[in-house]
Amino acid sequence: MSTASHTTDHGHDHDHDHGPARGLSRWILTTNHKDIGTLYLLFSLAMFFVGGAMALVIRAELFEPGLQVVDPHFFNQMTTLHALVMIFGAVMPAFVGLANWLIPMMVGAPDMALPRMNNWSFWIMPFAFTLLLSTLFMPGGGPAGGWTLYPPLVLQTGSAFPFVILAVHMMGASSIMGAINIIATILNLRAPGMTLMKMPLFVWTWLITAFLLIAVMPVLAGTVTMLLTDKFFGTSFFNAAGGGDPVMFQHIFWFFGHPEVYIMILPAFGVISQIIPTFARKPLFGYASMVYATASIAFLSFIVWAHHMFTVGMPLAGELFFMYATMLIAVPTGVKVFNWVSTMWRGAMTFETPMLFAIAFVILFTIGGFSGLMLAIAPADFQYHDTYFVVAHFHYVLVPGAVFSIMAAAYYWLPKWTGHMYNEKLGKLHFWLSVIGVNVLFFPQHFLGLAGMPRRIPDYALQFTEFNMVSTVGAFLFGFSQLFFLYNVIQTIRGGAKATDQVWEGAEGLEWTLSSPPPYHTFTTAPEIK
Amino acid sequence: MATSRIAHGGGIALSAALSLAWSMGAHADLALNMPQGVTAISHDVYDLHMLIFWICVAIGVVVFGVMFWSIYHHRKSRGAVPAQFHESTLVEVLWTIVPMLILIGMAVPATGTLVRMADARDAELTIKVTGYQWRWQYDYLDDGVKFFSTLSTPQAQIRNVAAKDEHYLLEVDNPLVVPVGKKIRILTTSADVIHSWWVPDLGWKKDAIPGFINENWTLIEKPGVYRGQCAELCGRDHGFMPVVVKAVPEAEFQQWLEQMKKNPTPQTARNDSRPSTVPGDQTL
Repeated sequence: MSTASHTTDHGHDHDHDHGPARGLSRWILTTNHKDIGTLYLLFSLAMFFVGGAMALVIRAELFEPGLQVVDPHFFNQMTTLHALVMIFGAVMPAFVGLANWLIPMMVGAPDMALPRMNNWSFWIMPFAFTLLLSTLFMPGGGPAGGWTLYPPLVLQTGSAFPFVILAVHMMGASSIMGAINIIATILNLRAPGMTLMKMPLFVWTWLITAFLLIAVMPVLAGTVTMLLTDKFFGTSFFNAAGGGDPVMFQHIFWFFGHPEVYIMILPAFGVISQIIPTFARKPLFGYASMVYATASIAFLSFIVWAHHMFTVGMPLAGELFFMYATMLIAVPTGVKVFNWVSTMWRGAMTFETPMLFAIAFVILFTIGGFSGLMLAIAPADFQYHDTYFVVAHFHYVLVPGAVFSIMAAAYYWLPKWTGHMYNEKLGKLHFWLSVIGVNVLFFPQHFLGLAGMPRRIPDYALQFTEFNMVSTVGAFLFGFSQLFFLYNVIQTIRGGAKATDQVWEGAEGLEWTLSSPPPYHTFTTAPEIK
Repeated sequence: MATSRIAHGGGIALSAALSLAWSMGAHADLALNMPQGVTAISHDVYDLHMLIFWICVAIGVVVFGVMFWSIYHHRKSRGAVPAQFHESTLVEVLWTIVPMLILIGMAVPATGTLVRMADARDAELTIKVTGYQWRWQYDYLDDGVKFFSTLSTPQAQIRNVAAKDEHYLLEVDNPLVVPVGKKIRILTTSADVIHSWWVPDLGWKKDAIPGFINENWTLIEKPGVYRGQCAELCGRDHGFMPVVVKAVPEAEFQQWLEQMKKNPTPQTARNDSRPSTVPGDQTL
């Protein structure tokens, strides 16, 4: 059988036939999708705390007017690195980790299609982030021009500059390899009978996300290389004095940057589309329309980039085009929200921790969607742009959006991965503290932005004091609540009540037919698809 | 009306955050919303903002209302038995078309406002605004008047050793003085990195980009002092380069202009208000 020949492919590595190697070499040399998935998820968790600590530095400085905690230059390094660490170090690797763990189990494959590359794409990450974080200790400090790396400001970075660019290249290479692997696995290793339109929605959203990654990460690599040659080799791509154009960087950057936004949210849509049907005990409403909506969002993501730069002075026709295209995204996104609500409608719901996070996701992501629709209106964006309103918007879609979906996924599949049930009481406590903390943290930022507070400032005028204080209190509440999550995850890995194979009463899908924890090699015999 | 229902529906932390915000607003006269501003354009932008906001609130009330009704009634602990339906072409087509129509309803007024904002023809006065790290230069092109405008908040206030003024961080040595009731063309550019010139009461911001000149216009309706800030991250002291616009009646403006032509304000020494304590050595 084909699966038998697959295992003999690994015959040179004897341990693989019996289970994992022992000790550190298991993790360094592993080609196993579960081990690599675990590495990605733990790396992401570590980066979540590193990036979170940076956010707390920012919020501590902004607790009251005046400069108290840090120097403005260090403040700018914190805002820049917080974004880079959270986007490339926390959210993206978490979704790749989930993909590694779940895609082979969901499509009935023994492992990922390209296991050695899988190892490499993970092990680039710790080096990339060591490099990135080490820039904080270089002469002139770390990057301080914002994660968007706009020239000419970014060219004022000190010794850190080439190291930041190299770190971005490494993250990009890792993402591209991860994406190739996911596409190869989904298109080639599905069990017989698992047609594309039978795939779980998490697999679908990741398939589309992987194509987005392959399309745009090289664009980012190209444009940061142009920055590098502008700085060191005398080119003038972005230097008007030499015939270049600083705005061209923004166009190229956001051609990467907008699909990047969906890279961070489409897998979240997939996770939520797995969880809600389970706890509503009812099939997902509108499966096909979910797939088409995901594909539409992915397509639209390529033609809306300039809504991030309405204020650079584009021609009227350009502004109108990008405004209309951006507004259109509300349609497929709305379809998704309506489908989730319809899935809940007339179900028989229970509210375990994953479901609580999923429901909070639907509500709070939708609020972020509303502010996104407001931001799409170009004339109003001239007011909103570069204020805390924008900060509130993208944190609503990223924190109670993407991050909540990752937490929902962790609680949902942790019993499957570890074979132990997590502590439900602690999970619920974590949820309620997080959902209160995140709203106290980000909701007042809408008001700050509308009242005129620009983003990325270390000090502010007196009328912004009260809401900044509230926001900082929320930030510390949210930040420290995550220690409950950390504790719960560690305790669940170490032991706990034995989880059944099914784990959740309403769960459906191939991963629930495996034992908890699943065997080291998933589906050595292809499962039968009904 | 709608707001109270959302609070009822939202039930959770969201409503807590909202009511906290509103109760605080009542005490301290806090700004919760976009200013209506002092130009026809800023009124249009405000109306557009409120229109989209209330549409979003209405959609939110319906969607979250249905969702919470379902969460309350369709729970296993109440003995709900799950239905098994999983598609309906009719509703799926409906909830694609209806949002499209709502979006068209938003796009029409937005387009009108955008077209009006883009029309800088027939301006009676042209002022070039140049961004520097970290101050603004104003150049009245037709009159040869040109000066820098730098933060005037003392170091001691920023360093928390003196009490902060009412206009802490939003005050400058030389404000931009403009006449009311006249269409003014404002050209933005920069001498170093990208900045963004923004006064919320005028209803827009526009980036100041080195090597390029952006055209904007404004027509201020009532005299007053309008304050804003640089909105594009421009380095260490990005938070310390405010914009102050003083709008005065035409006669007073002409008087000021004549005086400036005869006796220009001494230019402020560069960087004397910089709040930094560390040498600005980020350029290596």
